[in-house]
Amino acid sequence: MAGSNRRSVDPAVCEMLEITDRNGEKVVFDRFEAMQPQCGFGQLGICCRNCAMGPCRIDPFGEGPQQGICGATADVIAARNLVRGTAVGASAHSDHGRDITHAFLATARGEAQGYSIKGITKLKALAQELGVEVDGASPEEIAEKVAEATLKEFGRQEGELRFAKRAPEKVQARWKEMGVTPRGVDREVVTALHRTHIGVSNEWKHLIKTCVQTSLSDGWGGSMIATDLSDILFGEPMPRTSQANLGVLRQGEVNIIIHGHEPTLSDAIVAAAQLDEVQAEVDKVGAKGLNLGGMCCTANEALMRHGIPLVGNFLQQEFALVTGAVEMMIVDVQCIMPALSRLVDGKYHTKLLSTSPNAMFEGFEHIQFDENKAMDSAKELLLTGIRNFANRDPAKVHIPDEKSPLVAGFTAESVFDHLGGRYRPSYRPLNNGIIDGRLRGVAGVVGCNNVKITHDWAHLELVKELLRHDVLVVLTGCSAIACAKAGLLAPEAVDLYAGRGLKEICDAVGLPPCLHVGSCVDNSRILMACTEMVREGGLGEDIADLPVAGAAPEWMSEKAISIAFYVVTSGIFTVIGEPLPVLGSKKVTEYLTDGMEEDYGGKFAFEKDPMKAAHLIIDHLNSKREALHLAPMMFEPRPADMVGQPWDFEASVAAAK
Amino acid sequence: MEKVYFDSRKCLGCHSCEFACAVEHSQSKDPTKAHLEDEKPIPRRNVKLVDGMCLTLACRHCEPAPCVEACIAGAMQKEDGQVKCDTDKCIGCWMCVMVCPFDAVRPGKLFTIKCDMCPDREDSYACIEACPTGALFVATPEEFREIAKRKEKTTKVEPPI
Repeated sequence: MAGSNRRSVDPAVCEMLEITDRNGEKVVFDRFEAMQPQCGFGQLGICCRNCAMGPCRIDPFGEGPQQGICGATADVIAARNLVRGTAVGASAHSDHGRDITHAFLATARGEAQGYSIKGITKLKALAQELGVEVDGASPEEIAEKVAEATLKEFGRQEGELRFAKRAPEKVQARWKEMGVTPRGVDREVVTALHRTHIGVSNEWKHLIKTCVQTSLSDGWGGSMIATDLSDILFGEPMPRTSQANLGVLRQGEVNIIIHGHEPTLSDAIVAAAQLDEVQAEVDKVGAKGLNLGGMCCTANEALMRHGIPLVGNFLQQEFALVTGAVEMMIVDVQCIMPALSRLVDGKYHTKLLSTSPNAMFEGFEHIQFDENKAMDSAKELLLTGIRNFANRDPAKVHIPDEKSPLVAGFTAESVFDHLGGRYRPSYRPLNNGIIDGRLRGVAGVVGCNNVKITHDWAHLELVKELLRHDVLVVLTGCSAIACAKAGLLAPEAVDLYAGRGLKEICDAVGLPPCLHVGSCVDNSRILMACTEMVREGGLGEDIADLPVAGAAPEWMSEKAISIAFYVVTSGIFTVIGEPLPVLGSKKVTEYLTDGMEEDYGGKFAFEKDPMKAAHLIIDHLNSKREALHLAPMMFEPRPADMVGQPWDFEASVAAAK
Repeated sequence: MEKVYFDSRKCLGCHSCEFACAVEHSQSKDPTKAHLEDEKPIPRRNVKLVDGMCLTLACRHCEPAPCVEACIAGAMQKEDGQVKCDTDKCIGCWMCVMVCPFDAVRPGKLFTIKCDMCPDREDSYACIEACPTGALFVATPEEFREIAKRKEKTTKVEPPI
């Protein structure tokens, strides 16, 4: 395992591992060990199962076959597999966006139960963008037309994706030149899959273009729609405080975890938890209260809008159940381990409930969530969970103390208010901070957990190193949860981790040094924030000119492939931990990590060591600063030995003299 | 006497040799049916990760062989340079399993299970045939020594992982 011999750096996980080790319960880390060694052909991306003449594989040592039965080379096979990964990732985000759009339309038509149109400002802005008449219309009337217009973007057959026109002109011009402007959300995925059929696209560079176009239909399409409509339907997130880690589970209360990704479910659950009927049931079973907690991106959605605490990230899902204190885990889609039911099987009282027509699990009970009866569905789910409180075995309950305070809920729009104040909202202070040399730049650290890397370790090492070098960090997904658990989202983190310049900016505008901007579909917020930075001026005319970078140090899902592609091809240098499965092709690897920059303004770097990854980012930011002829950095970085403890800047300057 | 040798630098850990070995020791000898047989076929070869290096381990047919020396029933015998287990004599004491330095002898239901050099084949071995990178090959000990010497001089073969 990369990083350290430890399986996790999270003390709560280590504590729970002692229990599972003692009980002989097999968890994700054990399954990983049992899987060793993993097949090198798969890791290198040079096995193909796309037709029934195969499977074929290319010998990377050059002695065995150098082409598949149809003649596909390692370059074609690696690129073609990558297209399929990107298409799956883009589909996951875009289908999420579609579900939100349907719920949004149903709400506008008065068919959905329990939802209302909350983000009126954002609704009007979106309506204007889509050419929907706003004057004299009620929010519901506007919303209906906006929803209909948005749904058409999924099935768009002619022209180009409307949301992609939000990108800076230079970025759009580059896409046009490369022939990758996305044409419709669903269309790109279907076209991409077509191209991977035997005997269709057999030119690796064309296949990589397919990855790009598909991913852009996600980042500037499906994901962006999901984010925008969620903000309108469930309310624009506002900064709020909460807590993170397994310690948020409570001994005497009914603990219910919502796990998965889509806020349609979690929002209804949070609302239903307030119902008298539900509270009465809590009293009836003798619990002291009802405690909702979130897992994975559902956690981020519920945290940003309602302050619901974070129980944990991807690799923690099994350990939440091992606490023996969870009455129910309600899941919808994505990143839910099928292993959960085998872990629970007769040993824990936790009820596992699946709710999405898209995701079924053996050993889970399935109660389909119906958006048109959202409150009734949510209430039914909650009551089932509350009644399970009686089955809790107090002897098996072990909740770690570990929990950290946090501030979360920033958006590309709400950051305006923070940076410029409510009366003159603007990105100016951010751009000025970079221009003056207080901030080196901005880095988006996102993505999953991956059992190949010590849990949370790479996220934390990378983020701390960036903060020390005056880089403002924005976070989404499991990365945000990792940082939340380690206290990096708390206001005090400024004093413990930030460099001098970053601290001055954060203190002046009242921001923590790491901004939690949401779930994995909310990476579209990062694209919009970059667009706003370009629009604000002074940092070039292209996202590729900005001193910004992306990182996914512990990525593992196909969604992350799609995210990485749309980020890179929007012009952002991105470092990922585990390499993309293309190393079996020298040409594809070299293009992604080098040649791509010329075509799209951004490129990949594969680096498992988070310290090296941090310095790749810092060097990149420095080179962008140089190209823009910005002022040199005002302050030296915070000394490495002052990370995690209070640092007296004045004293250290005096000592240096 | 020829043996099956292995170049760890070429192994990608794909488990193809393990799979082919199990199929070779099945009733049907058919890779699409072997896993459905009542008595699941057992591979004599195992792919393991040791210190970050992929190793495919099977009986080395050692000379002298610790398992032969340890066998109290006289079942483990050396024959034409091969270590063979006489199942009529094996009493399942697993001393051979204990002493094997390569972890290549495993206890079966009744008798010891180990590489038997594919007795149903005439001039090939299932594992070598299945290896897609040529990491497994056949040679006499003398030939192997020559190959190893030559390989040391050539540049190291490494998959680009």
